[in-house]
Amino acid sequence: MNGAAAISYDDVVAWITAFAASVRDQKDYLTALDSAIGDADHGINMDRGFQAVIAKLPGLPNRDIGAALKSVGMTLVSTVGGASGPLYGTFFLQLGAATAGHEAIGLDELVAGLDAGIAGIQRLGKADLGDKTMLDTLLPARDALREAAASGASLGDALARTVGAAEQGMLATTPLVARKGRASYLGERSAGHQDPGATSSYLLLKAAADAWSGAAAAS
Amino acid sequence: MKKLINTPEHAVDEELAGMVAAHGDLIKVIAPNVVVRRDAPRQGKVGVISGGGSGHEPMHGGYVGLGMLDAACPGAVFTSPVPDQMLEATKAVNGGAGVLHIVKNYTGDIMNFELAAELARAEGIDVASVVIADDVAVKDSLYTAGRRGVGGTVLAEKIVGAAAEAGADLKAVTALCQKVQDNVRSMGMALTSCTVPAAGKPTFELGDDEMEIGIGIHGEPGRTRMKLATADEITEMLATPILDDLPFKSGDSVLAFVNGMGGTPLMELYIVFNKLAQILKGRGVGIGRSFVGNWITSLEMAGCSITLLRLDDELTRLWDAPVKTPALRWGI
Repeated sequence: MNGAAAISYDDVVAWITAFAASVRDQKDYLTALDSAIGDADHGINMDRGFQAVIAKLPGLPNRDIGAALKSVGMTLVSTVGGASGPLYGTFFLQLGAATAGHEAIGLDELVAGLDAGIAGIQRLGKADLGDKTMLDTLLPARDALREAAASGASLGDALARTVGAAEQGMLATTPLVARKGRASYLGERSAGHQDPGATSSYLLLKAAADAWSGAAAAS
Repeated sequence: MKKLINTPEHAVDEELAGMVAAHGDLIKVIAPNVVVRRDAPRQGKVGVISGGGSGHEPMHGGYVGLGMLDAACPGAVFTSPVPDQMLEATKAVNGGAGVLHIVKNYTGDIMNFELAAELARAEGIDVASVVIADDVAVKDSLYTAGRRGVGGTVLAEKIVGAAAEAGADLKAVTALCQKVQDNVRSMGMALTSCTVPAAGKPTFELGDDEMEIGIGIHGEPGRTRMKLATADEITEMLATPILDDLPFKSGDSVLAFVNGMGGTPLMELYIVFNKLAQILKGRGVGIGRSFVGNWITSLEMAGCSITLLRLDDELTRLWDAPVKTPALRWGI
Protein backbone atom coordinates (compact mmCIF):
# COMPACT_ATOMS: atom_id res chain seq x y z
CA MET A 1 0.00 0.00 0.00
CA ASN A 2 2.84 2.35 -0.86
CA GLY A 3 1.78 5.99 -0.61
CA ALA A 4 -1.59 5.15 0.93
CA ALA A 5 -2.49 6.83 4.18
CA ALA A 6 -1.32 4.08 6.49
CA ILE A 7 -0.26 6.16 9.49
CA SER A 8 -3.10 7.74 11.45
CA TYR A 9 -3.15 10.68 13.85
CA ASP A 10 -3.30 8.20 16.73
CA ASP A 11 -0.22 6.44 15.34
CA VAL A 12 1.69 9.73 15.35
CA VAL A 13 0.67 10.38 18.96
CA ALA A 14 1.70 6.81 19.82
CA TRP A 15 5.12 7.45 18.20
CA ILE A 16 5.76 10.61 20.22
CA THR A 17 4.55 8.88 23.38
CA ALA A 18 6.80 5.87 22.72
CA PHE A 19 9.81 8.12 22.10
CA ALA A 20 9.16 10.05 25.32
CA ALA A 21 9.09 6.74 27.20
CA SER A 22 12.26 5.62 25.46
CA VAL A 23 14.06 8.87 26.34
CA ARG A 24 12.99 8.52 29.98
CA ASP A 25 14.17 4.90 29.97
CA GLN A 26 17.52 5.78 28.33
CA LYS A 27 18.03 9.12 30.09
CA ASP A 28 21.07 8.03 32.09
CA TYR A 29 22.57 6.25 29.08
CA LEU A 30 22.25 9.34 26.86
CA THR A 31 23.73 11.52 29.61
CA ALA A 32 26.60 9.07 30.10
CA LEU A 33 27.39 9.19 26.35
CA ASP A 34 27.35 13.01 26.59
CA SER A 35 29.65 12.95 29.63
CA ALA A 36 32.36 11.33 27.54
CA ILE A 37 32.48 13.96 24.81
CA GLY A 38 30.13 16.76 25.85
CA ASP A 39 28.68 18.31 28.96
CA ALA A 40 26.61 15.53 30.50
CA ASP A 41 23.11 16.89 29.91
CA HIS A 42 21.64 15.30 26.76
CA GLY A 43 19.39 12.74 28.48
CA ILE A 44 18.33 15.23 31.15
CA ASN A 45 17.40 17.92 28.62
CA MET A 46 15.61 15.60 26.17
CA ASP A 47 13.61 14.09 29.04
CA ARG A 48 12.57 17.53 30.33
CA GLY A 49 11.42 18.49 26.82
CA PHE A 50 9.50 15.33 26.01
CA GLN A 51 7.76 15.27 29.38
CA ALA A 52 6.51 18.79 28.52
CA VAL A 53 5.44 17.51 25.08
CA ILE A 54 3.51 14.60 26.58
CA ALA A 55 1.70 16.94 28.95
CA LYS A 56 0.49 19.03 26.00
CA LEU A 57 -0.45 16.31 23.47
CA PRO A 58 -3.89 15.35 24.84
CA GLY A 59 -5.04 19.00 24.86
CA LEU A 60 -4.55 19.60 21.12
CA PRO A 61 -7.75 20.86 19.49
CA ASN A 62 -8.04 18.71 16.34
CA ARG A 63 -6.62 15.63 14.69
CA ASP A 64 -4.22 17.46 12.36
CA ILE A 65 -0.91 15.55 12.26
CA GLY A 66 0.99 18.63 11.06
CA ALA A 67 -0.41 20.83 13.83
CA ALA A 68 0.47 18.22 16.46
CA LEU A 69 4.05 17.89 15.21
CA LYS A 70 4.44 21.68 15.10
CA SER A 71 3.24 21.85 18.70
CA VAL A 72 5.88 19.23 19.59
CA GLY A 73 8.53 21.40 17.90
CA MET A 74 7.45 24.62 19.65
CA THR A 75 7.42 22.88 23.02
CA LEU A 76 10.91 21.47 22.47
CA VAL A 77 12.33 24.89 21.47
CA SER A 78 10.83 26.37 24.65
CA THR A 79 11.89 23.68 27.11
CA VAL A 80 15.01 21.75 26.04
CA GLY A 81 17.72 24.42 25.71
CA GLY A 82 21.25 23.61 24.57
CA ALA A 83 21.72 22.75 20.91
CA SER A 84 19.24 19.87 21.07
CA GLY A 85 16.29 22.21 21.72
CA PRO A 86 16.61 24.23 18.51
CA LEU A 87 17.70 21.18 16.48
CA TYR A 88 14.97 18.73 17.53
CA GLY A 89 12.51 21.63 17.69
CA THR A 90 13.23 22.61 14.08
CA PHE A 91 13.03 18.97 12.99
CA PHE A 92 9.48 18.66 14.34
CA LEU A 93 8.42 22.13 13.15
CA GLN A 94 9.49 21.28 9.58
CA LEU A 95 8.03 17.77 9.76
CA GLY A 96 4.81 19.41 10.93
CA ALA A 97 4.83 21.98 8.13
CA ALA A 98 5.27 19.18 5.58
CA THR A 99 2.33 17.20 6.95
CA ALA A 100 0.01 20.12 7.75
CA GLY A 101 -3.69 19.43 7.29
CA HIS A 102 -3.37 15.63 7.18
CA GLU A 103 -5.32 13.32 9.45
CA ALA A 104 -3.35 10.39 8.08
CA ILE A 105 -0.14 10.05 6.06
CA GLY A 106 1.51 7.42 3.89
CA LEU A 107 5.12 6.54 3.12
CA ASP A 108 5.51 9.30 0.54
CA GLU A 109 4.41 12.00 3.00
CA LEU A 110 6.72 10.47 5.59
CA VAL A 111 9.70 10.68 3.21
CA ALA A 112 8.85 14.31 2.35
CA GLY A 113 8.41 15.16 6.04
CA LEU A 114 11.69 13.55 7.06
CA ASP A 115 13.39 15.40 4.21
CA ALA A 116 12.02 18.73 5.42
CA GLY A 117 12.96 18.01 9.04
CA ILE A 118 16.53 17.07 8.12
CA ALA A 119 16.86 20.14 5.88
CA GLY A 120 15.85 22.27 8.87
CA ILE A 121 18.51 20.65 11.06
CA GLN A 122 21.14 21.22 8.37
CA ARG A 123 20.20 24.87 7.92
CA LEU A 124 20.51 25.53 11.63
CA GLY A 125 23.44 23.28 12.54
CA LYS A 126 25.41 23.54 9.28
CA ALA A 127 26.58 19.95 9.75
CA ASP A 128 26.85 17.13 7.24
CA LEU A 129 27.36 13.38 7.10
CA GLY A 130 30.48 12.33 9.00
CA ASP A 131 30.61 15.29 11.42
CA LYS A 132 29.61 12.98 14.32
CA THR A 133 26.14 14.40 14.89
CA MET A 134 22.49 13.32 14.77
CA LEU A 135 22.68 13.62 10.97
CA ASP A 136 24.87 10.51 10.82
CA THR A 137 21.77 8.61 11.93
CA LEU A 138 19.10 10.63 10.12
CA LEU A 139 20.64 10.96 6.64
CA PRO A 140 21.19 7.23 5.95
CA ALA A 141 17.80 6.48 7.54
CA ARG A 142 16.10 9.00 5.25
CA ASP A 143 17.84 7.49 2.20
CA ALA A 144 16.79 3.98 3.21
CA LEU A 145 13.18 5.11 3.70
CA ARG A 146 13.16 6.88 0.34
CA GLU A 147 14.55 3.83 -1.48
CA ALA A 148 12.08 1.55 0.25
CA ALA A 149 9.19 3.84 -0.71
CA ALA A 150 10.39 4.04 -4.32
CA SER A 151 10.67 0.26 -4.57
CA GLY A 152 7.09 -0.18 -3.36
CA ALA A 153 8.01 -1.76 -0.03
CA SER A 154 5.34 -2.27 2.61
CA LEU A 155 5.26 0.11 5.58
CA GLY A 156 6.62 -2.57 7.90
CA ASP A 157 9.47 -3.43 5.55
CA ALA A 158 10.28 0.23 4.90
CA LEU A 159 10.42 1.00 8.63
CA ALA A 160 12.62 -2.02 9.31
CA ARG A 161 15.08 -0.89 6.63
CA THR A 162 15.00 2.68 7.98
CA VAL A 163 15.76 1.61 11.54
CA GLY A 164 18.51 -0.72 10.29
CA ALA A 165 20.19 2.15 8.43
CA ALA A 166 19.73 4.43 11.44
CA GLU A 167 21.39 1.92 13.75
CA GLN A 168 24.35 1.48 11.39
CA GLY A 169 24.70 5.26 11.11
CA MET A 170 24.62 5.64 14.89
CA LEU A 171 27.26 2.94 15.42
CA ALA A 172 29.42 4.46 12.69
CA THR A 173 29.79 7.68 14.74
CA THR A 174 32.04 5.90 17.27
CA PRO A 175 35.36 6.13 15.38
CA LEU A 176 34.63 9.61 14.00
CA VAL A 177 36.36 12.82 15.12
CA ALA A 178 33.66 15.40 15.89
CA ARG A 179 33.59 18.50 13.70
CA LYS A 180 30.47 20.18 15.09
CA GLY A 181 29.08 20.92 18.54
CA ARG A 182 30.75 20.67 21.88
CA ALA A 183 32.48 17.36 21.12
CA SER A 184 34.57 19.15 18.47
CA TYR A 185 36.54 20.89 21.26
CA LEU A 186 38.08 17.52 22.09
CA GLY A 187 39.64 17.11 18.66
CA GLU A 188 41.06 13.59 18.23
CA ARG A 189 39.94 12.68 21.74
CA SER A 190 36.32 12.61 20.56
CA ALA A 191 37.05 9.42 18.55
CA GLY A 192 36.08 6.16 20.23
CA HIS A 193 32.78 7.42 21.65
CA GLN A 194 29.30 6.99 20.18
CA ASP A 195 27.60 10.33 19.58
CA PRO A 196 24.73 11.08 22.00
CA GLY A 197 22.67 13.03 19.42
CA ALA A 198 23.03 10.23 16.86
CA THR A 199 21.85 7.86 19.59
CA SER A 200 18.71 9.83 20.50
CA SER A 201 17.92 10.14 16.78
CA TYR A 202 18.14 6.34 16.45
CA LEU A 203 15.77 5.98 19.42
CA LEU A 204 13.37 8.41 17.68
CA LEU A 205 13.18 6.26 14.53
CA LYS A 206 13.12 3.02 16.52
CA ALA A 207 10.14 4.40 18.46
CA ALA A 208 8.32 5.03 15.15
CA ALA A 209 8.90 1.48 13.95
CA ASP A 210 7.77 0.07 17.30
CA ALA A 211 4.71 2.30 17.60
CA TRP A 212 3.62 1.66 14.02
CA SER A 213 4.03 -2.11 13.95
CA GLY A 214 0.24 -2.45 14.22
CA ALA A 215 -0.36 -0.02 11.35
CA ALA A 216 2.32 -1.81 9.36
CA ALA A 217 0.67 -5.19 9.90
CA ALA A 218 -2.69 -3.77 8.75
CA SER A 219 -1.31 -2.16 5.59
CA MET B 1 27.71 13.14 45.56
CA LYS B 2 27.30 15.68 48.35
CA LYS B 3 25.66 18.98 47.43
CA LEU B 4 23.98 21.73 49.41
CA ILE B 5 20.71 21.49 47.49
CA ASN B 6 17.13 20.36 48.12
CA THR B 7 16.36 18.67 44.81
CA PRO B 8 18.23 18.89 41.49
CA GLU B 9 14.98 19.87 39.72
CA HIS B 10 14.52 23.03 41.79
CA ALA B 11 18.15 24.08 42.22
CA VAL B 12 18.12 26.92 39.66
CA ASP B 13 14.69 28.27 40.71
CA GLU B 14 15.68 28.29 44.38
CA GLU B 15 19.01 29.94 43.55
CA LEU B 16 17.19 32.74 41.70
CA ALA B 17 14.71 33.19 44.53
CA GLY B 18 17.65 33.46 46.92
CA MET B 19 19.34 36.06 44.75
CA VAL B 20 16.21 38.20 44.76
CA ALA B 21 15.89 37.77 48.54
CA ALA B 22 19.48 38.94 48.97
CA HIS B 23 19.72 41.60 46.27
CA GLY B 24 16.15 42.76 45.68
CA ASP B 25 17.37 46.36 45.66
CA LEU B 26 19.30 45.66 42.43
CA ILE B 27 17.51 42.86 40.58
CA LYS B 28 14.17 41.19 40.02
CA VAL B 29 13.31 37.87 38.38
CA ILE B 30 10.57 37.70 35.75
CA ALA B 31 9.10 34.66 33.99
CA PRO B 32 10.47 32.55 32.38
CA ASN B 33 13.59 32.76 34.58
CA VAL B 34 15.11 36.08 33.57
CA VAL B 35 17.18 38.17 36.00
CA VAL B 36 16.42 41.83 35.22
CA ARG B 37 17.83 45.05 36.56
CA ARG B 38 15.38 46.47 39.09
CA ASP B 39 14.95 49.80 37.24
CA ALA B 40 14.64 48.33 33.71
CA PRO B 41 13.82 49.44 31.11
CA ARG B 42 15.82 52.67 31.19
CA GLN B 43 14.50 54.95 28.48
CA GLY B 44 17.05 55.86 25.81
CA LYS B 45 19.72 53.48 27.15
CA VAL B 46 20.96 50.52 25.09
CA GLY B 47 19.98 47.31 26.86
CA VAL B 48 22.78 44.77 27.34
CA ILE B 49 21.83 41.15 27.99
CA SER B 50 23.64 37.85 28.19
CA GLY B 51 22.80 34.34 29.20
CA GLY B 52 24.00 30.79 29.37
CA GLY B 53 23.76 27.68 31.42
CA SER B 54 23.67 27.94 35.20
CA GLY B 55 26.63 26.69 37.21
CA HIS B 56 28.99 29.55 36.27
CA GLU B 57 28.00 31.88 39.12
CA PRO B 58 28.39 34.75 39.58
CA MET B 59 28.14 34.90 35.77
CA HIS B 60 25.65 36.05 34.46
CA GLY B 61 22.93 36.87 37.02
CA GLY B 62 25.44 38.29 39.49
CA TYR B 63 26.47 40.87 36.91
CA VAL B 64 23.03 42.44 36.46
CA GLY B 65 22.86 46.01 37.72
CA LEU B 66 24.15 49.52 37.19
CA GLY B 67 27.08 49.72 34.77
CA MET B 68 26.98 46.09 33.64
CA LEU B 69 24.13 43.85 32.37
CA ASP B 70 20.48 44.87 32.14
CA ALA B 71 19.33 41.25 32.14
CA ALA B 72 20.68 37.71 32.30
CA CYS B 73 19.06 34.46 31.14
CA PRO B 74 20.11 31.44 33.18
CA GLY B 75 19.45 28.04 31.60
CA ALA B 76 19.48 24.70 33.37
CA VAL B 77 22.91 23.77 34.74
CA PHE B 78 25.42 23.91 31.84
CA THR B 79 22.53 24.12 29.36
CA SER B 80 21.93 27.11 27.15
CA PRO B 81 18.73 29.01 27.99
CA VAL B 82 15.73 28.80 25.64
CA PRO B 83 14.74 31.55 23.16
CA ASP B 84 11.66 32.48 25.23
CA GLN B 85 13.99 33.71 27.98
CA MET B 86 16.13 35.91 25.72
CA LEU B 87 13.02 37.29 24.02
CA GLU B 88 11.47 38.28 27.36
CA ALA B 89 14.81 39.71 28.55
CA THR B 90 15.14 41.76 25.36
CA LYS B 91 11.60 43.13 25.73
CA ALA B 92 12.09 43.87 29.43
CA VAL B 93 15.25 45.97 28.94
CA ASN B 94 14.38 47.70 25.68
CA GLY B 95 14.26 51.42 26.35
CA GLY B 96 13.92 52.30 22.68
CA ALA B 97 17.66 52.43 21.93
CA GLY B 98 18.04 48.75 21.00
CA VAL B 99 19.48 45.73 22.78
CA LEU B 100 22.88 44.04 22.53
CA HIS B 101 23.10 40.27 23.02
CA ILE B 102 26.49 39.14 24.36
CA VAL B 103 26.68 35.48 23.33
CA LYS B 104 29.33 32.96 24.33
CA ASN B 105 30.42 30.78 21.42
CA TYR B 106 28.69 27.48 22.06
CA THR B 107 26.51 25.79 19.45
CA GLY B 108 23.42 25.84 21.69
CA ASP B 109 23.86 29.43 22.88
CA ILE B 110 24.32 30.67 19.31
CA MET B 111 21.18 28.89 18.03
CA ASN B 112 18.93 29.91 20.93
CA PHE B 113 20.08 33.56 20.89
CA GLU B 114 19.67 33.65 17.09
CA LEU B 115 16.07 32.43 17.33
CA ALA B 116 15.36 34.99 20.08
CA ALA B 117 16.93 37.85 18.10
CA GLU B 118 14.73 36.99 15.11
CA LEU B 119 11.61 36.97 17.31
CA ALA B 120 12.58 40.29 18.96
CA ARG B 121 13.23 41.95 15.58
CA ALA B 122 9.82 40.73 14.45
CA GLU B 123 8.42 42.73 17.40
CA GLY B 124 10.24 45.84 16.19
CA ILE B 125 13.21 45.84 18.59
CA ASP B 126 16.66 46.70 17.23
CA VAL B 127 18.90 43.77 18.26
CA ALA B 128 22.64 43.34 17.69
CA SER B 129 24.78 40.38 18.75
CA VAL B 130 28.46 39.88 19.49
CA VAL B 131 29.92 36.42 19.96
CA ILE B 132 32.69 36.00 22.54
CA ALA B 133 35.17 33.29 21.55
CA ASP B 134 38.39 33.77 23.53
CA ASP B 135 39.55 30.26 24.48
CA VAL B 136 42.89 29.56 22.79
CA ALA B 137 42.73 25.88 23.83
CA VAL B 138 40.33 25.27 20.95
CA LYS B 139 41.67 25.30 17.43
CA ASP B 140 39.59 27.81 15.48
CA SER B 141 39.05 25.98 12.24
CA LEU B 142 36.41 24.65 9.90
CA TYR B 143 36.63 21.40 11.81
CA THR B 144 35.49 22.65 15.21
CA ALA B 145 32.59 24.70 16.50
CA GLY B 146 35.20 27.46 16.98
CA ARG B 147 36.70 28.85 20.15
CA ARG B 148 34.62 28.80 23.31
CA GLY B 149 33.55 31.94 25.11
CA VAL B 150 35.11 31.91 28.59
CA GLY B 151 36.74 34.50 30.89
CA GLY B 152 36.71 37.28 28.30
CA THR B 153 32.91 37.31 28.63
CA VAL B 154 33.04 38.82 32.15
CA LEU B 155 35.37 41.59 30.99
CA ALA B 156 33.18 42.30 27.95
CA GLU B 157 30.06 42.54 30.11
CA LYS B 158 31.73 45.02 32.49
CA ILE B 159 33.26 47.24 29.80
CA VAL B 160 30.27 47.21 27.44
CA GLY B 161 27.88 47.78 30.35
CA ALA B 162 29.84 50.87 31.37
CA ALA B 163 29.62 52.33 27.86
CA ALA B 164 25.87 51.66 27.64
CA GLU B 165 25.41 53.28 31.07
CA ALA B 166 27.24 56.37 29.80
CA GLY B 167 24.83 56.65 26.89
CA ALA B 168 26.68 55.09 23.94
CA ASP B 169 24.36 54.03 21.11
CA LEU B 170 23.79 50.46 19.89
CA LYS B 171 26.31 50.75 17.07
CA ALA B 172 29.04 52.04 19.38
CA VAL B 173 28.27 49.50 22.11
CA THR B 174 28.37 46.67 19.56
CA ALA B 175 31.68 47.85 18.10
CA LEU B 176 33.12 48.13 21.60
CA CYS B 177 32.09 44.56 22.47
CA GLN B 178 33.77 43.35 19.28
CA LYS B 179 36.88 45.33 20.23
CA VAL B 180 37.02 43.50 23.58
CA GLN B 181 36.60 40.17 21.77
CA ASP B 182 39.39 41.06 19.35
CA ASN B 183 41.82 41.87 22.18
CA VAL B 184 41.11 39.15 24.75
CA ARG B 185 42.44 35.59 25.04
CA SER B 186 41.99 32.89 27.71
CA MET B 187 42.89 29.34 28.67
CA GLY B 188 41.86 27.11 31.57
CA MET B 189 42.77 23.92 33.42
CA ALA B 190 41.12 21.56 35.92
CA LEU B 191 42.42 19.68 38.93
CA THR B 192 39.06 17.96 39.45
CA SER B 193 35.87 17.36 37.51
CA CYS B 194 32.49 18.66 38.66
CA THR B 195 29.07 17.15 39.17
CA VAL B 196 25.94 18.41 37.39
CA PRO B 197 23.24 18.10 40.12
CA ALA B 198 20.77 16.28 37.87
CA ALA B 199 23.45 13.86 36.61
CA GLY B 200 24.57 12.98 40.14
CA LYS B 201 28.10 11.94 39.24
CA PRO B 202 31.24 13.71 38.00
CA THR B 203 31.29 14.57 34.29
CA PHE B 204 34.71 12.97 33.92
CA GLU B 205 37.09 10.99 36.12
CA LEU B 206 40.47 12.45 36.91
CA GLY B 207 43.12 10.54 38.85
CA ASP B 208 44.62 12.02 42.04
CA ASP B 209 47.87 12.72 40.18
CA GLU B 210 46.30 14.03 36.95
CA MET B 211 45.05 17.31 35.52
CA GLU B 212 43.20 18.44 32.39
CA ILE B 213 44.66 21.27 30.35
CA GLY B 214 42.49 23.31 28.00
CA ILE B 215 39.10 22.84 29.66
CA GLY B 216 36.05 24.99 29.04
CA ILE B 217 33.54 25.99 31.70
CA HIS B 218 31.07 23.11 31.44
CA GLY B 219 32.99 20.32 33.07
CA GLU B 220 33.77 19.06 29.61
CA PRO B 221 37.10 17.29 29.28
CA GLY B 222 39.96 19.38 27.93
CA ARG B 223 42.37 18.81 25.07
CA THR B 224 45.02 16.93 27.01
CA ARG B 225 45.32 15.02 30.24
CA MET B 226 48.68 15.20 32.02
CA LYS B 227 50.44 14.34 35.23
CA LEU B 228 49.92 17.06 37.83
CA ALA B 229 52.54 19.82 37.66
CA THR B 230 53.46 22.74 39.94
CA ALA B 231 51.52 26.02 39.95
CA ASP B 232 54.43 27.74 38.19
CA GLU B 233 54.56 25.10 35.44
CA ILE B 234 50.78 25.22 34.98
CA THR B 235 50.80 29.03 34.78
CA GLU B 236 53.48 28.79 32.09
CA MET B 237 51.38 26.22 30.18
CA LEU B 238 48.36 28.54 30.18
CA ALA B 239 50.08 31.91 29.72
CA THR B 240 52.37 30.98 26.82
CA PRO B 241 49.67 29.99 24.30
CA ILE B 242 47.61 33.06 25.31
CA LEU B 243 50.54 35.46 24.85
CA ASP B 244 51.61 33.90 21.56
CA ASP B 245 48.10 33.83 20.10
CA LEU B 246 47.09 37.50 19.91
CA PRO B 247 50.08 38.07 20.14
CA PHE B 248 50.67 40.28 23.17
CA LYS B 249 53.86 42.27 22.56
CA SER B 250 56.47 44.07 24.61
CA GLY B 251 55.08 47.46 25.59
CA ASP B 252 51.45 46.25 25.72
CA SER B 253 49.43 46.94 28.83
CA VAL B 254 46.97 44.21 29.88
CA LEU B 255 44.16 43.49 32.26
CA ALA B 256 45.45 40.28 33.88
CA PHE B 257 42.58 38.10 35.08
CA VAL B 258 43.23 34.93 37.11
CA ASN B 259 39.93 33.12 37.58
CA GLY B 260 39.03 30.24 39.88
CA MET B 261 36.77 27.47 38.55
CA GLY B 262 34.76 27.37 41.78
CA GLY B 263 36.65 24.94 44.01
CA THR B 264 40.06 26.56 44.20
CA PRO B 265 41.06 28.76 47.15
CA LEU B 266 42.10 32.35 46.52
CA MET B 267 45.48 31.46 48.01
CA GLU B 268 46.24 29.26 45.02
CA LEU B 269 44.93 31.85 42.55
CA TYR B 270 47.41 34.39 43.95
CA ILE B 271 50.22 31.84 43.58
CA VAL B 272 49.24 31.62 39.91
CA PHE B 273 49.05 35.41 39.64
CA ASN B 274 52.54 35.73 41.13
CA LYS B 275 54.00 33.55 38.37
CA LEU B 276 51.87 35.23 35.71
CA ALA B 277 53.25 38.63 36.77
CA GLN B 278 56.80 37.28 36.39
CA ILE B 279 56.05 35.88 32.93
CA LEU B 280 54.47 39.16 31.79
CA LYS B 281 57.42 41.14 33.12
CA GLY B 282 59.81 38.85 31.27
CA ARG B 283 57.97 39.63 28.03
CA GLY B 284 57.81 43.36 28.67
CA VAL B 285 54.02 43.30 29.04
CA GLY B 286 52.70 45.69 31.69
CA ILE B 287 49.84 44.87 34.07
CA GLY B 288 47.51 47.85 33.72
CA ARG B 289 44.71 46.32 35.75
CA SER B 290 44.33 43.04 37.63
CA PHE B 291 41.34 40.90 38.53
CA VAL B 292 41.58 37.78 40.75
CA GLY B 293 38.79 35.56 42.03
CA ASN B 294 36.01 33.12 41.19
CA TRP B 295 34.18 35.11 38.51
CA ILE B 296 33.24 32.51 35.90
CA THR B 297 33.04 29.05 37.38
CA SER B 298 32.22 25.40 36.67
CA LEU B 299 30.25 24.49 39.80
CA GLU B 300 32.73 23.04 42.34
CA MET B 301 35.51 22.27 39.86
CA ALA B 302 39.02 22.94 41.16
CA GLY B 303 41.27 24.68 38.70
CA CYS B 304 41.82 28.06 37.14
CA SER B 305 41.86 30.04 33.96
CA ILE B 306 43.95 32.95 32.82
CA THR B 307 42.53 35.75 30.69
CA LEU B 308 44.52 38.63 29.25
CA LEU B 309 42.88 41.69 27.69
CA ARG B 310 45.03 44.22 25.83
CA LEU B 311 44.12 47.61 27.26
CA ASP B 312 43.99 51.08 25.81
CA ASP B 313 42.76 54.28 27.47
CA GLU B 314 39.14 53.66 26.47
CA LEU B 315 39.01 50.10 27.81
CA THR B 316 40.82 51.10 31.02
CA ARG B 317 38.43 53.98 31.65
CA LEU B 318 35.38 51.79 31.09
CA TRP B 319 36.80 49.02 33.32
CA ASP B 320 37.25 51.59 36.09
CA ALA B 321 33.76 53.08 35.64
CA PRO B 322 31.25 52.61 38.49
CA VAL B 323 29.49 49.27 38.74
CA LYS B 324 26.86 48.08 41.20
CA THR B 325 25.71 44.48 40.81
CA PRO B 326 25.26 41.58 43.25
CA ALA B 327 28.77 40.28 42.51
CA LEU B 328 30.80 43.26 41.34
CA ARG B 329 30.70 46.78 42.73
CA TRP B 330 33.18 49.62 42.83
CA GLY B 331 33.38 53.35 42.28
CA ILE B 332 29.96 53.92 43.78
